Amino acid sequence: MLKLNINGKIHDVDADADTPLLWVLREWVGLTGTKYGCGIAQCGACTVHIDGVATRSCSLPAGSVGAAKVVTIEGLSPDGLSHPVQVAWAQLDVPQCGYCQSGQIMAAASLLREKPRPTEAEVADAITNICRCGTYQRVKAAIDTAAALSAASPATGKA
Amino acid sequence: MSQAMQLNRRFFLTAAAAAGGALSVNWTIPQAAAQGAAAGAEVNIWAVIHPDDTVVVRIARSEMGQGTLTGLAQLVADELDADWRYVKTEYVAPEANHANKRAWGDMSTGGSRGIRASVDYVRKGGATARAMLIQAAAAKWGVPAAECTASLSIVAHTSTGRRLRYGELAAEAAKLPAPADVKVKAPAEWKLIGRGVKRLDTADKLSGKLVYAIDVQLPGMLNAAVAQCPVFGGKLKSFDAAKIAGLKGVRKVVQIDDSTIAVVADKWYQAKTALAALPVVWDEGPNATVNSAQIDALLKTGLDAKEASLGQKQGDFAAAYTAAPKKFEAVYGTQFQNHATLEPMNCTAKWDNGAIEIWVGSQNGDASLAAASEAAGVKLDQVKVHKHHLGGGFGRRGQQDYVRQAVIVAKQFPGTPVKLIWSREEDMQHGFYRPITQCKLSAGFDAQGNVTALHARLSGQSILAHLAPQRMVNGVDPVAFQGWTAEEFGYQGIPNLLVDHAVRNTHVPVGFWRGVNTNQNAIFMECFVDELAHAAGKDPVEFRRALMTKNPKQLAVMNAAAEKAGWGTPLPKGVFRGIAQNTGFGSYTAAVAEVSVTPKGELKIHRIVCSSDCGYVVNPEQVAMQIEGSFVYGLSSVLSSKITIDKGRVQQGNFDDYEVMRLAAMPKVETVLVPSGGFWGGVGEPTIAVAGPAVLNAIFAATGKRIRSLPLGPNDLRSA
Repeated sequence: MLKLNINGKIHDVDADADTPLLWVLREWVGLTGTKYGCGIAQCGACTVHIDGVATRSCSLPAGSVGAAKVVTIEGLSPDGLSHPVQVAWAQLDVPQCGYCQSGQIMAAASLLREKPRPTEAEVADAITNICRCGTYQRVKAAIDTAAALSAASPATGKA
Repeated sequence: MSQAMQLNRRFFLTAAAAAGGALSVNWTIPQAAAQGAAAGAEVNIWAVIHPDDTVVVRIARSEMGQGTLTGLAQLVADELDADWRYVKTEYVAPEANHANKRAWGDMSTGGSRGIRASVDYVRKGGATARAMLIQAAAAKWGVPAAECTASLSIVAHTSTGRRLRYGELAAEAAKLPAPADVKVKAPAEWKLIGRGVKRLDTADKLSGKLVYAIDVQLPGMLNAAVAQCPVFGGKLKSFDAAKIAGLKGVRKVVQIDDSTIAVVADKWYQAKTALAALPVVWDEGPNATVNSAQIDALLKTGLDAKEASLGQKQGDFAAAYTAAPKKFEAVYGTQFQNHATLEPMNCTAKWDNGAIEIWVGSQNGDASLAAASEAAGVKLDQVKVHKHHLGGGFGRRGQQDYVRQAVIVAKQFPGTPVKLIWSREEDMQHGFYRPITQCKLSAGFDAQGNVTALHARLSGQSILAHLAPQRMVNGVDPVAFQGWTAEEFGYQGIPNLLVDHAVRNTHVPVGFWRGVNTNQNAIFMECFVDELAHAAGKDPVEFRRALMTKNPKQLAVMNAAAEKAGWGTPLPKGVFRGIAQNTGFGSYTAAVAEVSVTPKGELKIHRIVCSSDCGYVVNPEQVAMQIEGSFVYGLSSVLSSKITIDKGRVQQGNFDDYEVMRLAAMPKVETVLVPSGGFWGGVGEPTIAVAGPAVLNAIFAATGKRIRSLPLGPNDLRSA
């Protein structure tokens, strides 16, 4: 039995310790906002925060998470829309099909937590998530917008 | 699905829909179907209006990121004069469409037809509902309808100032007979069409709440992982289910058909792990030795073959070419491409008491209904289809292979839903790939340097031969000539023109891939025309202009891109431009790319200026998004991704070896809309065709290298 802290709640999960966190989240806990895209940490659709750090959950054994705090897209903000990254994403209407966007948003939120005003090169280095629809231009712009929003109200954006 | 609730009601047809979508139809709907809000009144099949003025627009096409859902809602809401703030959407259930003689029209969503093929009947639907709401108000007030106007979901009686909200009128309006001949608005009267309103389906994509088919969770649901014979055309020989019988969660091994096996378990991860441990022996069949080099060689035989199907012919190419004092020739080639939608293929199915129910992301609800019916062996009226938004489609989800598989597996578990998911590897290796194509282009110049003759000989696989042979026209696959038909081809100024196709089919399945054959054809033609311009010592834009005198729309679009990009003006040191134009899916596009290449061969695409004339623009923001995204999808296939074959099977398995564009490579894309009106062109696909050639031509300008074999290899641009 695994004990996991997910979105501030302790979950007892009857999964093998080597089961990737992604599948524990999706199939055992029922949080499907975190997506399966590749299973080998290539596409980033499965990105969650482990103690605030963007992590690809498809390649992380759930048993290795320990007491670390896992935050998924469902836990990024209380209403699912108010994190500065989500606000910026809404303002710029970023998603197309939307399937990669949970991962994009989690990666961006983690980047901004570490680097509140990232340069273009830092964004390019940090955001390697695949989007087949091709929303990158708006992802870049929305990260700038989110950075500005966070700077304007620094109390938020610490998820 | 809070934004796009699915219409899943029983309908009672009292009068058939008249041709052309005129709505002489009355429906009765059980009130319990309304989800959460107070029950709405179905004014007609396109619009349900609730007492709180919420207008629910019915959507028959599928939303896969292309924005069609929002665009279709704009079309209906504009004609309806609905208050956009309270407009929502819901999918039409495929079984309802079937039961009602396809009252909602074609559900297939491909070929950039979502808007342009629906535009007449959905607008008429909105206009008819508006007329009925006005009639209901007029009847209430005892005044002629002509004295009433509608705006922002309110009907007003102009002279007395009386007003009634749509929410107050809908129930009465729904009882009225639909007027037979309602006119739609003239473009000058549009209020929502042409506005860059935000998408209606964004919020749930930001919170993780949107339930894609892969996210479906049902009580007692089992999960299936699937493996198909890695060699196309091969068969399943044997497997040893006992070897995995004791594994945690595993329920059953199911042979789906003669080449496909599935493991069913409590969780998908358990099923996938068990499938990997399952001993399976394949009979790989006659294709087990085929490789890409052989396929390339096969295609090469088509380049000079006598037999070829004709696409377009003007004048006498052979005579003009023979007579030409100067000749020019080049051979281009592209490889297979996979759709690689980020959501892998999946479908959930439940077999219960002779009826089948499926949950699916599909580009064609009608086809999913039919596929489930066929696979289950039941009549169409025993099928229910829950349509979910797609995590990418790009043409792949027009095919129903994964639906059939899910249904067959579910039949083994009566009463229990089974979700079947393909691993990424399965998805990569069992696609319907963009057909491999080569092209030999030959041109003749006269003494003055004018192009007098042009022949484009395609050689490659035919999509229709594989997917829909019945749609071949006298042995010709018209899809192969996309962008090169007489209506589309932008260089009709060339007097002697010949376009033909030597079909060279392989054992690899092919299908419609975003932009379809305009991708290859535009690369071939636009790069070759660039070569001709260079050979003639002329500026690529000037050279094209001379060939486009009979194509004013294409010319205007190309000029718009050239002008916005500052064609001919100085660039920063080391930055070079390239241009391309194309016509496809009813729209005209052109792009200018600005690139630099380091001596080590590192390419940077700095800026793209893309112009588009799609006739009428429904939502300029959505068009811009489709254009931006087209460069990502198109350039991936030109710069990095390819599907190659060895030992009869696909060599690539995941995104580590099927490399697609990421954010770091994203150029700045500037969209220039130059809508000329008078027609409705497609948006999702037309631009993708110019992405590759614009960049390749800029690469030539930067390096002097013509890349004719695509995608670009790792060392193609290295100069040292």
